[in-house]
Amino acid sequence: MKALAAIIGIGITKFGEHWNKGIKELLAEAQLKALEDSGISEKDIQQIYVANMCADSLSGQLHLGSIASQILGINVPSYRVEAACASGGVAINAAINALRHKDIVLVSGVEKMTDVDTAKVTTALMGAGNEEWEEFHGATFPALYALMANAYMHEFGFAEEKFREILSKIAVKNHKHASKNPFAQFPREITLQQANNASIVAYPLRLFDCSPISDGAAALVLCKPELAKKFCDNPVYVVASAVATDTLALAERESLTSLKATRLAANDALNQAGISIKDINVFEVHDCFTIAELIAMEDLGIAERGKASKLIEEEQTYYDASIPINPSGGLKAFGHAVGATGIKQAVELTKQLRNEAYCQVENAEFALSHNVGGSGGTAAVHIYARRLL
Amino acid sequence: MQNAGIVGYGCYIPRYRIKVEEIAKHYGKNAEEIKRGLMLEEKSVPAKDEDSATIAVEAAKNALKRAEHVAELHKKISAVYVGSESHPYAVKPTATIVAEALGLSNNYTAADTEFACKAGTASLQMAMGLCLSNIAEYALAIGVDTSQAAKGDALEYSAAAGGGAFIIGTKRNEFVAEILHTLSFSTDTPDFWRRSTQLTPKHAGRFTGEPAYFKHVATAAKMIMEKYGYKPEDFNYVIFHQPNGKFPLRVAKKLGFKEEQIKPGFIVPKLGNTYSGNIPLSLNAVLDIAAENELILAVSYGSGAGSDAFIIKTTPLLKEVQSKTTKALQYLNENKIYLSYAEYLQHMEMIH
Repeated sequence: MKALAAIIGIGITKFGEHWNKGIKELLAEAQLKALEDSGISEKDIQQIYVANMCADSLSGQLHLGSIASQILGINVPSYRVEAACASGGVAINAAINALRHKDIVLVSGVEKMTDVDTAKVTTALMGAGNEEWEEFHGATFPALYALMANAYMHEFGFAEEKFREILSKIAVKNHKHASKNPFAQFPREITLQQANNASIVAYPLRLFDCSPISDGAAALVLCKPELAKKFCDNPVYVVASAVATDTLALAERESLTSLKATRLAANDALNQAGISIKDINVFEVHDCFTIAELIAMEDLGIAERGKASKLIEEEQTYYDASIPINPSGGLKAFGHAVGATGIKQAVELTKQLRNEAYCQVENAEFALSHNVGGSGGTAAVHIYARRLL
Repeated sequence: MQNAGIVGYGCYIPRYRIKVEEIAKHYGKNAEEIKRGLMLEEKSVPAKDEDSATIAVEAAKNALKRAEHVAELHKKISAVYVGSESHPYAVKPTATIVAEALGLSNNYTAADTEFACKAGTASLQMAMGLCLSNIAEYALAIGVDTSQAAKGDALEYSAAAGGGAFIIGTKRNEFVAEILHTLSFSTDTPDFWRRSTQLTPKHAGRFTGEPAYFKHVATAAKMIMEKYGYKPEDFNYVIFHQPNGKFPLRVAKKLGFKEEQIKPGFIVPKLGNTYSGNIPLSLNAVLDIAAENELILAVSYGSGAGSDAFIIKTTPLLKEVQSKTTKALQYLNENKIYLSYAEYLQHMEMIH
């Protein structure tokens, strides 16, 4: 097994409503924490990738590369990476590629979403969809994922009530995980009944099926794997980094109930690592909506098509069960600060492999993160290892 | 130490109402969800010929009726402040209209105040200041609004009409309630605003919660209790600004107050948010039923943002004036006329 990079420092802000912090403050908190965690000096950072989706549309701010380096008082090359909600995962992929030429690279992600009203955020997020075929006609992301949920129910023959229970169980599980995580936006449990009876956002999706609008930032210090032990005793290795793309509009896809980009990226990542999906001990998957977690389980190969609900019903995806999924609380309950989400997944999985997580999965050797842009136009899959076998 | 006190109090609420269901129906919204979420059932609406000036006059008349124990009070009121964000004129005082209608002497200073929903309590503090510095013998402080809300906005379910008036003096034997302490906590926080050229206010959604309402109300309440050595259990009644039903109950619970302390002043579910009239009206409701020597904590909130906190102690005289005129709950619960949404828009001059 060959490592592509080592994670030697992690930093994250609480996700949620940071009324008194802007993009720069959030990014500074995450980046400085990551730097402190790594023990290296800011002068050692040779390149920066900063993931972000909406700073221009929500804050009127572009040129985040400059902000990210200014925070550290350095003048290195610094790039903003945008791939909608997959910005973080794609930025990690870009940073790993940069390690061919550089020794130490910082990758961060940030999103400031709560300074404007919900309508503006909804419109800005639709930038991840197809402007001509989706946004122009009034589609929103809850609507697109609701279409996927309806198609899933239809294709696999689920009765409405039964399907409702399955989606609610995903939300209940992710809230349970988040309840132990002080960095989560919603660190509290919900009941099945609350999830079942919540307001409808876009049928069949109800309030607790949807990830929230969040502010937050996360950062990683990556280095060449062979240098890792020089900086820390407990590096976490990235053993696979895969990104795949697919059509932008949902209507152009081969299927409404499976994301090709996820399938391609997952296959690529597992091949790179030379392991099977069964070897993965803990997952952070892109549950922007509960239906997305269900579909991700199938596209990643955790369950067969149309069969993931069985694992949910049997409660096998809790952190202390057989296939831990989203022990951080997921996007649903940890929060979804869009540009930071992919990086946050890596931060949380690094904590898992360092035995520092709040919902600690015991004896995890391999972890997998799955980060999706839009309704599946991009997917980034990374695999992390506690040690190199 | 000399304190200022309330020598007379009164209020007025228009008789028209619109139910949450009626507004929700118009927008295809789920009324039950809104009622549960905001803890509101209905709100007051002004008559077509009522505005903040007429409501202020009605409230002040009631305050004068409860201050008949002060001889020739009309002639002795030498300051009039009217707090509102719906003054009929942008330039021209409401306060002089009110003073003239009440038949006060012309030897008074007057001004209109604005501080979103706490213009009424700001007026009260100004009245106290003038009396305590012997510039005015008695001062009239009014908080009143025919609250504005944009069509379709969440505020439309709450923005209501009404007001309360207080006559302030410094002679202890005339007090129906003594204002023992007041202090304020203010910051520049843009959570809710209306530019002079706009007819209805705008607000910053969830930003109006934690960093705005809760921060200011909780801080002012804690500050006044800490500074003067009170604990939540010392108060018989507590009133927090009621923009909806949810916020005041949440802040009260957070600070350790009990339901029985909150309930007497908790009138928002059937009244709505009367903006500057909010605390003046709920303080009226409490004074209407309080016994002698009871303690009241009242904390207003005005967007923009600030909170005025008051610790008030009732006197034996209160019982004698309570029934001299219409009480807050009578205005709230009697003689109501329900409007359709179209009629409501006419009353609010949004359609003609």
